[in-house]
Amino acid sequence: MPAEAGSRSPVEAGLRHRPRWRWQETVFWILAFGSFFLTSDKHLLVSEIAILALFALSLDLILGYAGIVSLGHAAFLGLGAYVAGLLAKHGAGEPLLGLVAAAAAAALAGFATSFLVLRGADLTRLMVTLGVALVFGEIANQAAWLTGGADGLQGITMGPVLGLFEFDIFGRTAHAYTLVVLFILFLLARRVVHSPFGLSIMAIRDNPLRARAVGVPVNRRLVAIYTMAAAYAGVAGALLAQTTQFVSLDVLEFHRSADLILVLVIGGAGYLYGGLIGAVVFKLLQDAFATLTPQYWLFWIGLILVVLVLVGRERISLHAHGVLGRIFGRLGLPGRRVAPLAGGEPRP
Amino acid sequence: MTAALETIGLKKRFGGLTATDDVTFRLEKGARHALIGPNGAGKTTFINLLTGVLAPSGGTVLLEGADITRLPPDARVRRGLARTFQINQLFPALTPLETIGLAVSERLGGGWHWWRSLGTRRPIMAEIEAVAERFGLTDILGERTATLPYGKQRLLEIAVAFASKPRVLLLDEPAAGVPEAERADLLAAVAALPREVSVLLIEHDMDLVFSFAERISVLVNGALFTEGTVEEVSTDPRVRAVYLGEAEH
Repeated sequence: MPAEAGSRSPVEAGLRHRPRWRWQETVFWILAFGSFFLTSDKHLLVSEIAILALFALSLDLILGYAGIVSLGHAAFLGLGAYVAGLLAKHGAGEPLLGLVAAAAAAALAGFATSFLVLRGADLTRLMVTLGVALVFGEIANQAAWLTGGADGLQGITMGPVLGLFEFDIFGRTAHAYTLVVLFILFLLARRVVHSPFGLSIMAIRDNPLRARAVGVPVNRRLVAIYTMAAAYAGVAGALLAQTTQFVSLDVLEFHRSADLILVLVIGGAGYLYGGLIGAVVFKLLQDAFATLTPQYWLFWIGLILVVLVLVGRERISLHAHGVLGRIFGRLGLPGRRVAPLAGGEPRP
Repeated sequence: MTAALETIGLKKRFGGLTATDDVTFRLEKGARHALIGPNGAGKTTFINLLTGVLAPSGGTVLLEGADITRLPPDARVRRGLARTFQINQLFPALTPLETIGLAVSERLGGGWHWWRSLGTRRPIMAEIEAVAERFGLTDILGERTATLPYGKQRLLEIAVAFASKPRVLLLDEPAAGVPEAERADLLAAVAALPREVSVLLIEHDMDLVFSFAERISVLVNGALFTEGTVEEVSTDPRVRAVYLGEAEH
């Protein structure tokens, strides 16, 4: 029976345990928003971090929560970037409109391609997602009349956010804008993963056979979460286009998708903050090494990843282990859990 | 009277192998029916056909008179046909609380709710509590499923299926691998299943079959060999020859 008034039953307490807001989260967001006042010359870096974090959050929804691996998540980032860029170029300069349009376009593309991703197991999914991203990239390349092709999409002029906040040269507006968008979408994702819908997604990740056997329509749920993740990636792309006022084919390239997996490996998958923390670490490392030794950035990030996964194997959550471990196990790479990733991760 | 679950001429071929051979079978309402057979007789294939995990090569499956042959597994569950698995199929990273809660919320059509968590839904919480109590899981509701003792996992296996409020429940070797000390709890939970649930028990363990079942069907080489009351089947010399004889090895 439910709890008497005033006291919580163990059932209620247990169900409220996972969604509970923890103090570490409050600290995290105070620091995140505090960055606005602490850094005067780092506004652009922080907005880059926020965009990467949102992109990683998107991958975490499908990788960490649903157990779907993707090597082509940049397809949705790129699509969102081009949609937002084109809108602004052709006169609709309100950024929020761009976000909505980018989310809708990416969601549509995610929905359409989700049916391909449903087929097959991990390795098939890696190849299918990779293929989809390659196709998107080539379409953007060939449709030069629309996208500017290899020259990139130029002549984007953004209007002020909500008609009030102009984008400035120091990136102050971009900083606040990207952080607020990230925070709002994070809160939404947090709600979703702790809902009954989110529970069913985690159940599918853990055991699709049993999920079906308790009445979960597995394929439809996966389509839904994949579509949602694509929309998130589309928004990240739109933010990228709006804050840099430029879109090039780079947004669709393979390294975007590959870096994203590294971000989740650094931060850990399946608890939402992994993508955010991973993005902070990844960008700060990139920034630091790019200043010290610009040519050797890839060397250092590679070395750090190897050390990271060898020393801190528990950094990748149990769930991501499962998926990534299975794949790299199938590729015949040595090691059981995280270690293969460092060896097996293709670097662009 | 319509049967709770019925198959007509059910067939399944894997290449040249006939795993289910023209099985016509009735599970009466409220039945306590056991399906036995030697290893490789096709018991698990039969269950997979009933639940929709496999598509049959021919024949029909009727749930309370309605043709469900083409329905996917999850749709069959929503219509009242639930099962347990011979080898535990649970959600290692979730707690029993969440696992049972998932089954209840899916049954009540709340699986698409994406805003409010289960911890705010009183009717669901009340049901979880009732199911947990019935299967003696109340104390371990908040632990990760992966860390539970095997006997508790076996109980959870049945509890999850029960939480879907099935009218037909298929138990696939519920006692398999359960250590002696934890067996009594499990057998008691099976025996205490309410009568309005029709139960088909697939079992190797003859003690459990004889104590639980009222009717027994024997499957040999994918085909129904014989069917009858416990007395009839247990004294049938042909059954002894193909099955009981073998089990005494």
